Amino acid sequence: MTGLQKLLNAAAALCGFYALVDGFTTLSPALLLAAGLVVVCGMRLSPALAAALPVVIRPQLDLVISLIAACAVLAALQDGMVGAVWGIAIAAWLHGWLAVEKTMADDADATGFNWVVSLGVPLFFGFWLLFFWEALTIGLGIPTVLLPPPSMIGARLVTSTAILMADFQQTFLKAVLAGYAIGCGSAFVVAILVDRSNFLRRGFLPIGNFISALPIIGVAPIMVMWFGFDWQSKAAVVVVMTFFPMMVNTLSGLSAASAMERDLLDTYAAGYWQTLFKLQLPAAMPFIFNALKINSTLALIGAIVAEFFGTPIVGIGFRISTEVGRMNLDMVWAEIAVAALAGSASYGALSLLERRITFWHPSYRTK
Amino acid sequence: MLRQKLLPVLTIIAAIAVIWYGFTVYLNAPWQLDQYEKSATEWSMTDLVRDTMAHDRPVLPAPHQVVAEIWKTTVKKKVTSKRSLIYHSWITLSSTLLGFVMGTFTGMMLAIFIVENRAMDKSLMPWIIASQTIPILAIAPMIIVVLNAIGLSGLLPKALISTYLSFFPIAVGMVKGLRSPDPMLIDLMRTYNCSRWQLFITLRLPSSIPYLFTSMKIAIAISLVGAIVGELPTGAVAGLGARLLSGSYYGQTIQIWSALLTAATLAALLVIAVNIAAQITQRMMGAPK
Amino acid sequence: MVIKADKLNLDFETNDGVVHALRDLDLEIGAGEFVSLIGPSGCGKTTFLRVIADLETPTGGSIAVNGQPPEQARLARAYGYVFQAPALLSWRTIARNISLPLEIMGLSSGEQQERVERMINLVGLDGFGGKFPWQLSGGMQQRASIARALAFDADLLLMDEPFGALDEIVRDHLNEQLLQLWKKTGKTICFVTHSIPEAVYLSTKIVVMSPRPGRITDVITSDLPDDRPLDIRETPKFLEIAQRVREGLREGHADD
Ligand SMILES: Nc1ncnc2c1ncn2[C@@H]1O[C@H](COP(=O)(O)OP(=O)(O)OP(=O)(O)O)[C@@H](O)[C@H]1O
Ligand SMILES: [Mg+2]
Repeated sequence: MTGLQKLLNAAAALCGFYALVDGFTTLSPALLLAAGLVVVCGMRLSPALAAALPVVIRPQLDLVISLIAACAVLAALQDGMVGAVWGIAIAAWLHGWLAVEKTMADDADATGFNWVVSLGVPLFFGFWLLFFWEALTIGLGIPTVLLPPPSMIGARLVTSTAILMADFQQTFLKAVLAGYAIGCGSAFVVAILVDRSNFLRRGFLPIGNFISALPIIGVAPIMVMWFGFDWQSKAAVVVVMTFFPMMVNTLSGLSAASAMERDLLDTYAAGYWQTLFKLQLPAAMPFIFNALKINSTLALIGAIVAEFFGTPIVGIGFRISTEVGRMNLDMVWAEIAVAALAGSASYGALSLLERRITFWHPSYRTK
Repeated sequence: MLRQKLLPVLTIIAAIAVIWYGFTVYLNAPWQLDQYEKSATEWSMTDLVRDTMAHDRPVLPAPHQVVAEIWKTTVKKKVTSKRSLIYHSWITLSSTLLGFVMGTFTGMMLAIFIVENRAMDKSLMPWIIASQTIPILAIAPMIIVVLNAIGLSGLLPKALISTYLSFFPIAVGMVKGLRSPDPMLIDLMRTYNCSRWQLFITLRLPSSIPYLFTSMKIAIAISLVGAIVGELPTGAVAGLGARLLSGSYYGQTIQIWSALLTAATLAALLVIAVNIAAQITQRMMGAPK
Repeated sequence: MVIKADKLNLDFETNDGVVHALRDLDLEIGAGEFVSLIGPSGCGKTTFLRVIADLETPTGGSIAVNGQPPEQARLARAYGYVFQAPALLSWRTIARNISLPLEIMGLSSGEQQERVERMINLVGLDGFGGKFPWQLSGGMQQRASIARALAFDADLLLMDEPFGALDEIVRDHLNEQLLQLWKKTGKTICFVTHSIPEAVYLSTKIVVMSPRPGRITDVITSDLPDDRPLDIRETPKFLEIAQRVREGLREGHADD
C-alpha cells in the first residue's frame, strides 16, 4: 500500500475504534458489526498480515466494508446520530476512498477505456455525496424547510411526477428547445455570412466576445414585456443568451483551418462552398460543439430565470418561485433535480456527439 | 493597425445604434399614434420621431434617453444616495469581487487535487461538470433565502452564488494548464530526478498561468452575472439586480436599460482589469510584449 | 515554355522593415524538364514556388505559367503542389485525403476510387488507406501528400522538399520512382531540395539560389543520361556536377 492508502486505512480504523469504545452498549448489532469490520481491517497495516494474506489488500474488500457500514448508518439514521455513528460513517467513507485509490492504482498502467473507472468511480462518488447529504440533514436534524434530505426529494419525484412533467414540458420542451434551436441556428448562419467579409469579421468578433461576457440574462424582464407571459418570451431570452456564444465560436472556428490547408484548397481552385464544406466547417466543429455545450446550460438558466418575471401557472421557474414561498423545499429540489437531469443529459448527449464527430481532434485521438 | 481593428468595431457599433433608434420609433409608435388619435392632433413624421423618443415609459427607450438617465443617476446624484447608480454598482461589485476571489481559490485548489491525484480526477471531474447543469442562477433566490435563515446575510450569500459560478471555468482551465507542459519537458525533469513538488512548482504552475488568466476573464464576467441575479428576487433593496427588478415592477424601462448598460460597463471594466493583470504577470514571467 | 519568370521581384512588408524574398529572378522552364531549386534556408525557394502556384503575388516583374498568368493556370488546375509539411486534413482518412482534389474537380466516385488505389500503391501505403493521418508516421504522411498531388495528373508538379522528412532508404526508393514517373509521363517538375545529391540525381536543370535578397546565382544543366540507376551517384560525372552545385552554394554564402 502507498502512503496515502495506509493513512486512509489507519484513519478509518481509528474512527471504527472510537465508535466501538464510545457506543459499545448503545449501538445496534449492525453498526457494531460494521465498526468491528473496520477495526479488523485496520490490522492489514501490519506487514506480516499483509504478506501472509495478499487478499486483504484487494480493493473489493474495502468496497464491501464501506457499503456495509454505509447501509448500517443509513438504517440507523432515524434513531438519531450519536458520536459513534458519525465515527462509522466517516470510516465507511474512508474505506470507499481507499477502494477507489486502489482501483486507480491497479488501473494506472492499463490502456484503453475502462468502464469501472470512467463510469463506476464517478457514480460511487455521487453515492457518497448523497449519503452525507442524507446523514447530515437527518442526523443533525436540519429543518426540511432549509434543506430536505435526498430521500424526501426522491419521494417527491415519484409522487409528483405529473406536475413535474408538465413543468418540464413547458420550460424545457417548449421554451428551451425552441430558443436553443433558433438562437444557435441563427447565430451559425450569421457567422457564416459574416465570415465572408474580413471587415465584418473584425467588427463582429470583438463585439460578440464582449456581449457574451455581459449579464444578458438581464433582458429577461424586457422580453417578458415584449413577448408576453407564455413560453415565447422565455424562448426569446434563450435566443438572446445563446446567440452570441454560438456566433463568436463559429466565427473563430471558421478561421481555425491552417494557412497551409487553405493554400492547398486554393491550389485546387476550390470554390467558396467547396472550401466551406470540405475544410472550414469540419475544422470549426470543435469550436461549434464548445458553444453548443456552453449554450445547453445557458439556455436552461435563461428559461427558468425568465419565468420569475411572469409566467402562466406552469413551468420549472414558476414552480420554484411559488414553492419557495410555501416552504415546500422538497418540491423545489425535485424541480432542480429535473432541471439538472435535463441539463446533464443534454450535455452528455452533446459530448457523445462531439466525440463521434470530432474524433480526429487531438483531445480525443485514440492511438 | 487602428484602421484594421477600430474601424470595423466602430462601424458595427454605429450600425447597432442606428438599428436601435429605428426600433425605438417602430416599437413606440403604436402608443404614440393612439395618443395622437385621442387628442386629435395633427402629426407629421418628424413629430412622431421626436415624440417616440420622449416617452416616460417607452417600450424601448432611445440610447440617448438611457445615457441621460445614467448621467442623471451617477454624476448628478450623491454617491451615498439610494438612487445613485454608483452606489448600486458598488454593492454589486463588492459581492462580485468577493465571489470571484473565493471562486478562483476553490477552482485552483480543485484543479491541483485533480491533477495530482487520479482518484480525485475520476471522482470529481464529472461532478464538477454536472454541477454547472444545475441552473444555479435560477435557484439563487431560494439559496439566498435559505442562507438568510441560517444567519448568513448581506454580502456573503450573493458572493456564494458568484463563487459557485466562477470556480468552474477556473477549475477546468487550470486543469488544462497544469497538464499543458510538453511531455518532453516532463521527461526532462524526470531525468533530473526532481520531486513531484519541484515538478509542480518549476514546470506545471508556470505553464498554467496563461490558462488561468483566460479562465479568470470568463470567471469574473460570470461572477458579475451571479451577483446581479443574486440580487433579483430576495426583495433586495440595493444593487444593479435590485434596480432591474424594481424597474420591471413599475414598468420603468429606462431604469432597466440604464442598469443593464451600467452592468455591461462594469463587466467590460472588470475584464479589462483582469487583462491588465495578465499582461503584467506575463511580462514579469518574461513573455515578449 | 511551361514557366517563364522575367525580372521577378517579391518583397514582404513586415513590422520591422521589408524582406526582399525574391530579387530580379529570370528563369525559363521548358516542357518535360525536371528542375531542382537548391539553396540555403530562407533564400526564397518556397516563395518562388508559391508565386508559380498563385499563392503569392509578385511585387515586380512578370511570370507566366503555360503562357498564362498564374491565376488562370490555377483555375485551370494546371499543377499539383506538394507542401513542405504534409497538410493532410485530420478528419479524413488517407484515402479520402487523396481523393479530396478529385472530389473538388467533380470526378465520378468510381474513377476516384480507382485512382486513389493506384496512388496509394504507387507510394507504398497499401493497407493504410483507411487510417487517419495522425495514425501514421511523419514520412508516411508525406508520402500520402505526394500521392494526393499526383492523383489528379496535372502536367506540372511543384514539390517543396517532399522527401525532407523521409529516411535515406525510402528517400532513394521514392527518388527512383519519381524519376520513372517523370520519364513515363513527361511531366514538368519543379522540385525544391536541400540535398545536393538528390538535386543532381533527379534533375535536368539545377537552379542554385542565395539569400538576402533571394536571387539565382547559377543555373546548371545536367548532361547525365536519362537512364539513371542509383549507383550513378558514384560516377565522376555526377561528382563533378555536384561539385559545381556546391561551389555555387558557397559563392552565395560568401557575400553574406
Ligand atoms: N508571409 C511572409 N511574410 C514575411 N516574410 C516572409 C513570408 N514568407 C516568407 N518570408 C520571408 O521570405 C524569405 C524566403 O522565405 P522562403 O519560405 O521562400 O524560404 P525557403 O527558401 O523556402 O526556406 P526553407 O529552405 O527553410 O524552406 C525568408 O526570409 C522569410 O522570412
Ligand atoms: Mg521552404
